[in-house]
Amino acid sequence: MMLTVTEALRALARGEISSRELTSEVLSHIARLDPLVHAFLTVTPESALEAADEADRRRAEARRSGEPVPPLLGLPIAVKDVLSTKGIRTTCGSRILENYIPPFDATAVERLKAAGVVIVGKTNTDEFAMGSSTENSAYGVTHNPWDLERVPGGSSGGSAAAVAARMVPAALGTDTGGSVRQPASFCGVTGLKPTYGRVSRYGLIAYGSSLDTVGVLTQTAEDAALFLHLMAGQDPLDATSMDMPVPPATIQPREDFRGLKIGVPKEYFTEGIQPAVERAVRAALDLMADMGAEIREISLPHTEYAVPVYYLIAPAEASANLARFDGIRYGPRAQADTMWDVFYRTRGRLFGPEVKRRIMLGTYALSAGYYDAYYGQAQKVRTLIKRDFEQAFTEVDLIAAPVAPTTAFRIGEHTGDPLSMYLEDVFTLPANLAGVPGIAFPVGFDDLGLPIGLQFMGPHFGETLLLEAAHLYQQATDWHRHAPDPLAEDDEE
Amino acid sequence: MSLTRAEVEHIAQLARLELTDEEIEQYREQLSDVLDYVARLQGLDTSGIPPTASVLPPRTVLREDQPRPSLPREAVLANAAETTDGQFRVPPVFGGQE
Repeated sequence: MMLTVTEALRALARGEISSRELTSEVLSHIARLDPLVHAFLTVTPESALEAADEADRRRAEARRSGEPVPPLLGLPIAVKDVLSTKGIRTTCGSRILENYIPPFDATAVERLKAAGVVIVGKTNTDEFAMGSSTENSAYGVTHNPWDLERVPGGSSGGSAAAVAARMVPAALGTDTGGSVRQPASFCGVTGLKPTYGRVSRYGLIAYGSSLDTVGVLTQTAEDAALFLHLMAGQDPLDATSMDMPVPPATIQPREDFRGLKIGVPKEYFTEGIQPAVERAVRAALDLMADMGAEIREISLPHTEYAVPVYYLIAPAEASANLARFDGIRYGPRAQADTMWDVFYRTRGRLFGPEVKRRIMLGTYALSAGYYDAYYGQAQKVRTLIKRDFEQAFTEVDLIAAPVAPTTAFRIGEHTGDPLSMYLEDVFTLPANLAGVPGIAFPVGFDDLGLPIGLQFMGPHFGETLLLEAAHLYQQATDWHRHAPDPLAEDDEE
Repeated sequence: MSLTRAEVEHIAQLARLELTDEEIEQYREQLSDVLDYVARLQGLDTSGIPPTASVLPPRTVLREDQPRPSLPREAVLANAAETTDGQFRVPPVFGGQE
């Protein structure tokens, strides 16, 4: 299954392949590769093949009648397990939602289903999307398809690994602090995090409500553009979804980067950055300069505060959002004699360590006597971070930066030391705090053959330009065409 | 900044989390580390800087106040651990030592 979304849709439209054939192929790839990668928490072969057959019937009918078909008709995709899928178990990677079957679809999922997608399964995630490695899943870690002993990044690690291993042409993810872009970078795929408010959050099981976004992982920017077009737009079920013109389904091709000013924040090239990452990112910038871009060094002076700000605001919001998981309305329940003890015991036993850690941190930051010093101060510094971006976008059209300081780290490398894991997020958190869109895509490999990503960040609702620029880079390079072979790697060991 | 066990227990109580002794000790250490790290925000002068609660422009979203169908009762109850007579069932709110 080496096909991109665009290629798969073309093959379907031309009748070169049926949705049943494509979906069967996807399912057999999953069956062969997923025992090694563990990208999926749930695979739904029966409902997927049923949906595929229905798509094939619709297409045949449309061929007779000459009616147009929905744009993604018959395309198999995967969905991160924090997005509600009607009738398909949705766990959030947590035992507290072990058996939860949502009675409704998330808006993003519903819109894609209306566009014709076939859902083949739900992908692994750090519990409630809290993590940067997918190691915090209650159902086992996902392995990076480029090196099975390494993490795929997180929290959308299952989606990134599934696309990297070419199990599916596209998978939905969510990005609260980098959870689409960082795993895209670690797995060598393209990951789009839209502007906050661009895509409805309805049915996204909330982590940090002022930061959460729904994004997509694909092989190419071209494919991401099509998904964004179909998911975006105002939704009466999410008051923070904005009534803005939706970006086009197809990218306007550009000849070169001429006329584009790309800012490179000096704060993103600090001591901790792996030399190979800096080299690859600089080489990508050189190519863009050769193709006419004006590359300019800029400053985002409050970058160093993004980690402390995020790790107060996101846990504070999480502590409120996760109050709903108490063993009453959904999920298993720990038995106790009083309702209060049911709450304590269910939550204490069924939330994993990182979720409890963040709930405690957030509860502390919001508690009497500490609110102003922690949460209040973090919200003010968030304003400074947001202003950094506003200032930068008066000078440049786009910002380019590494996605993460390193390539994929080893499973277990950071698990004993939560703070060291938090520091991995330093380059992705600012976009969430400022609410701006970002796109990560591969620009090279390190000496071990692990992928390296670059991210563009743009002004609010500036996805069209991000996608155009990433697409242009992908027209000129073939990093995004490289794919790992987890089976070959397994043979070596 | 070093949290005490009593502080950790208090936070856990506010958060409705039953923790084991080992967990209390572990979170005491780890949360102290994180709080030490985030303390760097306190050195920043933010006088006159408004807080950001949302990155969106402030606005009020209105819609017609029209009734529409909700989820069917069975669908809402289907995921609950215990139900009775079409309702969620919970143990007594008051009991034991209360």
